[in-house]
Amino acid sequence: MTGVDFSAAPQLAGLLAAILLYGVAAGFAAIFHRRRGALATVYPVCIAAAAMAAVADLAELIADTSTGFRLPLGLPIIGLYVRLDALSAFFGLIVNVGVLTAAIYGVGLDRNRDLTARVEPFFPAFAVAMNLVLLAGDAFGFLFSWELMSLTSWVLVVSRHKDADSRHAGHVYLVMAAIGTASLLFAFGGLAGAAGNYAFDAIRAAPPGPIVSGLVLAGTIFGAGSKAGIAPLHAWLPLAHPAAPSHVSALMSGVMTKVAIYGLIRIVFDLLGTPVWWWALPFLLLGAVTAVLGLLYAVLDGDLKRVLAYSTVENIGIIFVGLGLALAFKASGLAAAAAVAMAATLLHCLNHSWFKSLLFLGAGAVLHATGRRDFGGLGGLIHRMPVTAALWLVGAMSISALPPFNGFVSEWLLFQAVLAGPAFPEPVLRFMSPAVGAMLALAAALAAACFVRAFGIVYLGRPRSSAAAEAHETARPQQVAMALLAGLCLLGGLFGGVTVSAIQPLLQMLAGAPLPAAGTGPTPFSLIAFDAARSIYDAPTIALFLLISGTLTALLVHRISSRRTRLGPAWDCGFPEPSPLTQYSASSFSQPLRRVYGTTLFGASEIIDMPQPGDSRPARLTVRLQDYLWELLYAAPAAAVIGLSERLNTLQFLTIRRYLMLVFSALIVLLLIAAVWF
Amino acid sequence: MGETLTLLFGQTIQMFLVLLVAPAITGITRRTRARFMRRQGAPVIQPYRDLSKLVRKESVVAENASWLFRSAPYAILAFTWVAAALVPTFASGLMFNWAADAVALVALLGAARALLALAGMDVGTSFGGIGSSREMMIATLAEPAMLLVVLTMALSAGTTRLPEVAEFLISAPVTVRVSLGLALVALVIVALAENARIPVDNPATHLELTMVHEAMVLEYSGRHLAMIEAAAQLKLVLYISLIVCLFLPFGMAPADAGSGAWLTGIAAYLVKLAFGAVLLGVWEVSIAKMRVFRVGEFLGGAFVFAFLAILLAFLTREVLK
Repeated sequence: MTGVDFSAAPQLAGLLAAILLYGVAAGFAAIFHRRRGALATVYPVCIAAAAMAAVADLAELIADTSTGFRLPLGLPIIGLYVRLDALSAFFGLIVNVGVLTAAIYGVGLDRNRDLTARVEPFFPAFAVAMNLVLLAGDAFGFLFSWELMSLTSWVLVVSRHKDADSRHAGHVYLVMAAIGTASLLFAFGGLAGAAGNYAFDAIRAAPPGPIVSGLVLAGTIFGAGSKAGIAPLHAWLPLAHPAAPSHVSALMSGVMTKVAIYGLIRIVFDLLGTPVWWWALPFLLLGAVTAVLGLLYAVLDGDLKRVLAYSTVENIGIIFVGLGLALAFKASGLAAAAAVAMAATLLHCLNHSWFKSLLFLGAGAVLHATGRRDFGGLGGLIHRMPVTAALWLVGAMSISALPPFNGFVSEWLLFQAVLAGPAFPEPVLRFMSPAVGAMLALAAALAAACFVRAFGIVYLGRPRSSAAAEAHETARPQQVAMALLAGLCLLGGLFGGVTVSAIQPLLQMLAGAPLPAAGTGPTPFSLIAFDAARSIYDAPTIALFLLISGTLTALLVHRISSRRTRLGPAWDCGFPEPSPLTQYSASSFSQPLRRVYGTTLFGASEIIDMPQPGDSRPARLTVRLQDYLWELLYAAPAAAVIGLSERLNTLQFLTIRRYLMLVFSALIVLLLIAAVWF
Repeated sequence: MGETLTLLFGQTIQMFLVLLVAPAITGITRRTRARFMRRQGAPVIQPYRDLSKLVRKESVVAENASWLFRSAPYAILAFTWVAAALVPTFASGLMFNWAADAVALVALLGAARALLALAGMDVGTSFGGIGSSREMMIATLAEPAMLLVVLTMALSAGTTRLPEVAEFLISAPVTVRVSLGLALVALVIVALAENARIPVDNPATHLELTMVHEAMVLEYSGRHLAMIEAAAQLKLVLYISLIVCLFLPFGMAPADAGSGAWLTGIAAYLVKLAFGAVLLGVWEVSIAKMRVFRVGEFLGGAFVFAFLAILLAFLTREVLK
């Protein structure tokens, strides 16, 4: 087990060194958790480790060497098999850029107010776990690091353990994580087969038969899907993600969900062998429903961080649709279309990790400045926190898939993939693709409504509480972290064509073909799905034209017009009302949407309590919403389990004679079974 | 090189043509409405006078307005203008048409709308909020319908690039297809909603709880209002152009026809625009405004039509070229 040649795989060696550095930071923080000065070094060390790891990932993504070796760690004799290929490196880049910005944000945390001793040892440990999942080259390593990732993030979720909501969130998360890992365990059992060879290389060489692979697919979608947040397994996400400290929320929502998608891609596209067309159906169905449902939850919710978590659910839906289309095209032998769908999926993973991290960090800044994250207590922060507001606007436009930012690039590619749908030989898929396209279009429009609402209520208008009126701009490191991500959102939007060219080897590996016409456009930055005559999006040109026409108009108008500007009170049709409560609130903003979409899906109803004339009590409007999914799939089974355990509880208080009788009868039954069986 | 310059010249003509003709189209619609109501009506050039008056007046800005409120009008105009440049008007295959396709066009209009809705919420008045909230509700139904219409057309022509779609529709033998008919109905409904026309919104009301667009821009005045008005007029031209480009592309100069054919192209385009404006006016006087919560059903209808259109296009296997 000796003689590991690190020099043959410099990228992998670099990543392992970075992981070691993360580990050192975690151990250091755990040992010296009582010393504030010692804890202050944790985030800078994480920044260094993350930068190192990101560089190594990027180098691997470009070089595409695909190396691996056994480390003398883990299980005795067998060791730990680590490997690094373009897929791991791509997701590694997502993870480590996310950790990098979250750690920069962490540097600026207020050490007197924010809980640190409970967060700082586990933050690097969480980063270690996520990196290890990506590097695992066998089922044992994968599941071990997967579980480590769940547990470290669980500790971070319950870091505010005195708060009942946090404890509840932690409880739900732990249960869902346990069920998910168990399901993945079964999936890997099926993959290993009777021979029980659980190294990825061996699995790839001998993929399971049709029935087993169907079961493995189901187990993987359940296991990895619940971690990613696909409906109806999403219920823990809007509880757990907001409960964690904001930079950890950014990691969980922006990055950990992508690690789950990595697991899904690794198993379904890499290990499971040649795809069959119906594998795509659960992805398309779940993805399309999740995309719309996630946003409907988001647009009706009144808590800033929970809205962001629900929007993550939506984006996971979009990613699932992309995966489903890629699978379907690949199974139908349409490699070019599969490459377009896969490019859309991978790009959306990357883009979502950036803008969701940005939005969560911004929400953290707002939470820190005002102490509130409910829409009812915010407003007008654009005046008090101008930098955060401007950066958050970039994130909001990106996530709403508005050009010239990055969310639109992946959305555009996905629509191009949908348009290749008539080529499917299967009628079911031909029917599914326009339906999926319609759901995606609906989701895109709802996302815009959701984020106009979130930005408008939090940052625009007048402050709805004294805390919001006295808010302060966030610390410099936090601004830097957000600016970094906002810059990535803009660059990713402008140079999507370049990103796509960089992941060509990855597309070849996963979809069976690279993008056919990348780099053949009129400018080097054109994004072309199939060929230039069929579809093209050239973001830099569009952005340039936007810039020119906008500035030209502004200059021209300022030149010819009167430049006089008078400040006055708001007009408001002649009846301005001084109380900020007369502004539109978050729930009044979503009222039309609630009426249109919510009455059937959430059983939304309004109860108006209007006092009689002469009665001086206030009128009240109560809105009732029901979460049918939670009641049916979570509350009901939980109640059944609790009811059953209370029944079984009587077994604790039996006499010794009854216990002996129970033992004896169990023995008889087992013997009978054994007699019949053999 | 000479060809590139010609194309650039054509593109410039198009960009300024749509901008300059836009107020007249609004003027024609208003005039038609007035005539049908047996009123004299303002002259067709009245919108130009209004714009120049607004630009010359001072701008009154609410005390607590932010930078977003002041810069949004220019950004909205820029997004709408660039979107309008993507629609083939009098000739296909101009300089700039290649840079983005119909999906990007929908997204650019979406960006303009999102900025307008944000601007409506900036001052923190109840009217601004009501307008933004309703606008976004309407958009959640209209935008997907529009996208599906665009995708249906793209399927028939085998490309999402509008000039190619128009070329295809000019050159292809004219056949009545059910999917195209459904798409046309859906697109017209979307156009009515997006341009705040009757029966979804009434561009002539104020001080009513039924208004959507006007409520959002209530706080604007002077040059800022002029930008918003110009953008709204431009958007109307854009939608009429889109409808005629997709469904009545006759008379449009083909890509290789050169600048000589442009003149007839421009003439045909202007006639079609004026015709569309008159039709809109007639439509508006012959129907009543809807309650806001009926709009959901109206636009839901557009969404269903658009979905049926794309479904038919998929199932009849009009496979991409």
